[in-house]
Parts: sequence; C-alpha cells; structure tokens
Amino acid sequence: MDRIPILKLGHFLLVTIQVDMHDRLALVLQEELTARIVSDRARGVLIDISSLDIVDSFIGRMLSNIAGMARVLDAETVVVGMQPSVAITLVELGLSLPGVRTALNVDRGMDLLKASLDVEGEAASGQDG
Amino acid sequence: MHDFVLALKQGLANGKIDDLDDAGWASMRSMLTNLSRQRATQGFTPAETAIFVFSFKPVLFNQLRQAYRDDPASLAEEILTSTELLDKLGLLTMEAYQKTREAVIVRQQQEMLELSTPVVELWTGILALPLIGTLDSARTQIVMQNLLEAIVARGADLAIIDITGVPTVDTLVAQHLLKTVAAARLMGAECIISGIRPQIAQTIIHLGVDLGSVITKANLADAFRLALKKKRLAVASV
Repeated sequence: MDRIPILKLGHFLLVTIQVDMHDRLALVLQEELTARIVSDRARGVLIDISSLDIVDSFIGRMLSNIAGMARVLDAETVVVGMQPSVAITLVELGLSLPGVRTALNVDRGMDLLKASLDVEGEAASGQDG
Repeated sequence: MHDFVLALKQGLANGKIDDLDDAGWASMRSMLTNLSRQRATQGFTPAETAIFVFSFKPVLFNQLRQAYRDDPASLAEEILTSTELLDKLGLLTMEAYQKTREAVIVRQQQEMLELSTPVVELWTGILALPLIGTLDSARTQIVMQNLLEAIVARGADLAIIDITGVPTVDTLVAQHLLKTVAAARLMGAECIISGIRPQIAQTIIHLGVDLGSVITKANLADAFRLALKKKRLAVASV
C-alpha cells in the first residue's frame, strides 16, 4: 500500500503529498503524523501539496483536520505550495481553510514556522524575566 | 456600381431569381459581403451602406416603366419581382454589415479583458493589481487567475488589490473580491484591498457585506506603506 513519507527537519515535520489521496491513505497519514508529532516532539508541520493539481472537498477537509489535530498537540501546521487552480477550486467549494496557515513554498513555510517559534520563545523568556 | 450590375446580370443568368443561396448568385453575394464589410470598418452608417443597393431601384424602375409602357399588368409584376430581389440583396448587405460590426465588438471585448487586468510588481514580493471598470464573473475569474499565477511566478507574499477604478461594488463584486483574497491566502499570500471610495464604503455597509476578515485601506499609498511595514522595510528621506 502507498504510504506518504514524513521527514523530520529540525523541530519540524515535512510531509510531501505526491500521490492521489484517498480515504484510507488520509487516515493512515493522520495516524502516523499525530504519532510522529508526539514521538519527535515536533513544533511544526509543513504539508507540501505543490505536486497536487486536483483537489476535492475531501482533501480540503483532510487538510484542516490535520491542522486541527496538530494544533491540539501544540504544533503549528503550514500548507505550502498550493497551485493557483487548486486554490481557486477550494475557494469555489467554499473551503477557505480557516485556521490553516499557508506559504508559497517550503522555504517560506519554514521561515514562517521559525518566526512563530521565535515569537513564542521571546514571549516565554519575557515572562521568565 | 458597375460591378454590381455585372454581378446582377450574372446572377440572373445563372441563378433562380427567388433563391439567393443558389450557386449562381455566389459572385453577387461575395461582392456585397466584401463591400459592406469594407463600409462597416470604414465607419459608414447602416443607412449609408444599405443605400448602395437601394439606390439601384429608381434607375431600374424607370427603365422598366419605359420598357413596359403599353402593358401596365406586366409592369406591375416586373416591379414586384425586382423589388423583392433588391430587398433581399439589401438584407444581405445589412446582415454582412452587422456581422462585421459584431466581430469588431467581440474583438474589442477580448482586448479589454486582456488589457484591464495587469499585475504589477511594486517591490520585491509586493504585487499590485489595479482594477479598472466594472467587475463581472468572467472578468473576476481572469483577475483571480492572473493574480495567482503572478504570485507563483514572482514569489510574492503580499498583494494589493486597488479598486479605485471600479465604479460600483455590489454584493456579487464584493463576493468575488473576497474569493480572490481567500484564494491568494491559500497560496500563502496576504491581500490588502485599497482605493475604497467613500460611496463604495457606504454601499458595502448598507449591503451588509462583511469585509472584516480583509485588510482595507483608503488609498494605494497607505496600502503600500503597510505592505512595506509587513516586510520590515522602511522608506527614509536622504
């Protein structure tokens, strides 16, 4: 069965979706990702969908579900590399993924995660001092 | 006019008088079509174009009257047939004229669509989309596509949509704008809507459109200033 690899990059996890998503694959991904967030103590998740050119409401919901689960586990989710046609389709479907952060590519997504971690770090150290 | 008479002669010799689609009338058809196409592009009025065919009527009738001076019954019949024929030719002319004008209108519409949605780069990573003219669904679709493609191509993370040139904003236009903003956000770019005129601000509120989730600025300069600030850039006087 297909599996979607989850790579660890520092404090973050990188998931690159390159195959057609279907129900079972999405469930497996959710399970593995949540397990990895806990075991690797990840602070952020990058989901790269740049090679996805067809989406439906199912994938849209899956993305926001994953973001929701990660947030509960104290990890920020950034969806990166969405194609213009995919963005238009999701908006037309009425799924504007509220609560999911987005970035143009993996690089920018990484910057975004680092920036948000810095802010949290500063706030935490501010409280300490 | 000489060509017209020649073509008429040819048509009468080769084709049926009551069927202009007949092959015998081909040269007449192509001649009239060419003529009215030319006149349409040169800016003649419809009346001026049609008069070309109809001006033949008095001449022909005079000739007929002289030829059938002693036979009123045949005269009436001949006049009737020739009137019918010339009317049909006139209609053909008008049809060709109309078609040419319509083609011009369609071409202009397309040109306007292409011209009216430029995406300009104000700064590295800051795009501006000055919208001019009324927004309808077809145009917004193109606007959205252009903007999203430009975001990918230039790697921009901020886009300013300037609606100074949009005369009216109704619920549909507002919805289109919100969709564009949402799509850009999904791609990882933030949008600022600028150039909202006082009347439009009033309309938006009266219509109950919720633009709360979008950053709005009164003019492009303010939006640009905000964009620079978001990129942690500043303009200083030297």
